[in-house]
Amino acid sequence: MQQSSDSWQPGLSPQRLRERAQCMATIREFFAQRGVLEVDTPILASAGVTDPHLSNATTTLSWQTDKQWYLQTSPEYAMKRLLAAGSGCIYQIAKVIRDDEVGRFHNPEFSMLEWYRVGFDEHQLMDEVDLLLQTLLQAEPAQRYTYQQVFKRYLNIDPLTDQGLNELKAWLVAQNIGDWVSQENDNDVLLHLAMSHYIEPLIGKASPCFIYNFPASQAALAQLDTDDSRVARRFEVYYQGIELANGFYELTDAQVQAARFAEDNQQRQTMGRPQAATDKKLLAALAAGVPDCAGVALGLDRLLMLKWGAQHIDEVQSFSIHRA
Amino acid sequence: MASYSTSEFKGGLKIMQDGEPCSILENEMVKPGKGQAFNRVKIRKLISGKVVEKTFKSGESVEAADVQEIELAYLYSDGEFWHFMNNETFEQIGADSAAVGDTTKWLVEQDVCTVTLWDGKPINVNPPNFVELEIVETDPGLKGDTQGTGGKPATLTTGAVVRVPLFVQTGEVIKVDTRNGEYVSRVQK
Repeated sequence: MQQSSDSWQPGLSPQRLRERAQCMATIREFFAQRGVLEVDTPILASAGVTDPHLSNATTTLSWQTDKQWYLQTSPEYAMKRLLAAGSGCIYQIAKVIRDDEVGRFHNPEFSMLEWYRVGFDEHQLMDEVDLLLQTLLQAEPAQRYTYQQVFKRYLNIDPLTDQGLNELKAWLVAQNIGDWVSQENDNDVLLHLAMSHYIEPLIGKASPCFIYNFPASQAALAQLDTDDSRVARRFEVYYQGIELANGFYELTDAQVQAARFAEDNQQRQTMGRPQAATDKKLLAALAAGVPDCAGVALGLDRLLMLKWGAQHIDEVQSFSIHRA
Repeated sequence: MASYSTSEFKGGLKIMQDGEPCSILENEMVKPGKGQAFNRVKIRKLISGKVVEKTFKSGESVEAADVQEIELAYLYSDGEFWHFMNNETFEQIGADSAAVGDTTKWLVEQDVCTVTLWDGKPINVNPPNFVELEIVETDPGLKGDTQGTGGKPATLTTGAVVRVPLFVQTGEVIKVDTRNGEYVSRVQK
């Protein structure tokens, strides 16, 4: 499915529609048993995401034509505002929209399961994600490694030291996969290249694999580790070549959050991307107090791809962008 | 200098890499949830024929290769160049041995070949899928072998050697599939 299709037909058969619905029902049951409240937050918001590698789609509405609305790339900011208002543990099966993502594993609009556990740290949340994957995919219990461990194991390189980063660059240049590599000065780009090309294909084959303690430079919205400030309390889940979920021991400090927004916009400037308006309502909620919690976002369409052995995201959605 | 953005990547697009024109065979976007996205492509180098994998940062531009494929009729060889003609414009062009390569053994006068031009110069010649060539030498005998399983080698006018069934004889014209070098059938002269 590369080209736009003139067909009116859905990508899902009636049987697959039922299986998709059953998967959602199992998820709701899983959270109901644990006392996690289902919520829904709006797709339209007055601010977007600052993450330099994400783009919001935008729209205007006729009742206020000079205002731009941002279609949410994730329900994260709104859910944190609910947490600050005392919601307790919450989950959501959300439709999210990301501009500029079309491919085997990417559709601009997709379903995300996002949940927050008050009082959990990232390790307790990893336990719960593991259990959910065992329930939904009949997967074996997951393996867990730190980011540093997999780099050492598969590339014999320490990603947390300057010497290791120099070795990494030299090794990547030697792979001869692009002239730009030798000119690249952003260590995170080199780390992403190594992770996606040379580590991800080797992990999470027989059972899901959790990678945690990401480099601090890739903290996103996770707290840094107070014992080792080189790493952030963030995790990712990989299974059979698919990046399935991303979780944090959540950053709850409004000032640190404001600084991260500023860093993102700095990087956007370097990359020649437009500045993103920062979500002042999120910052105000953090200042008011978001409880200690861990949160995770899981791609439900990708989960169904794994469940059904699908080769393209078009096979698991009723109407992917090519049919929309 | 013309260039393409990675968002324009698709099979068949011609780009420059390592100083050589290349054709994109496969393009896959690798986009982590957090962090730099890449376009991972498989390309065929059009001069060396090598297939290699390359990765680009999504959003970057890549130099385009001025490559076109045209249909030309083979005329003759003077030993140094193989000459082809455009049947519509009657324009002639000579391809050197590097461009023609192994294809020499399938070149039949007047046959229309696909010639790849880079900056107007031939870099590759593809013969038609099927060509008809006369056998100049093959073992005559081997009568009585009714199994007909193994076949025998036959040398064609161009020097190509093809396995043919035992009943096919010197002087006959045969049809050959140039993609795998296999005998297809005899041709009535």
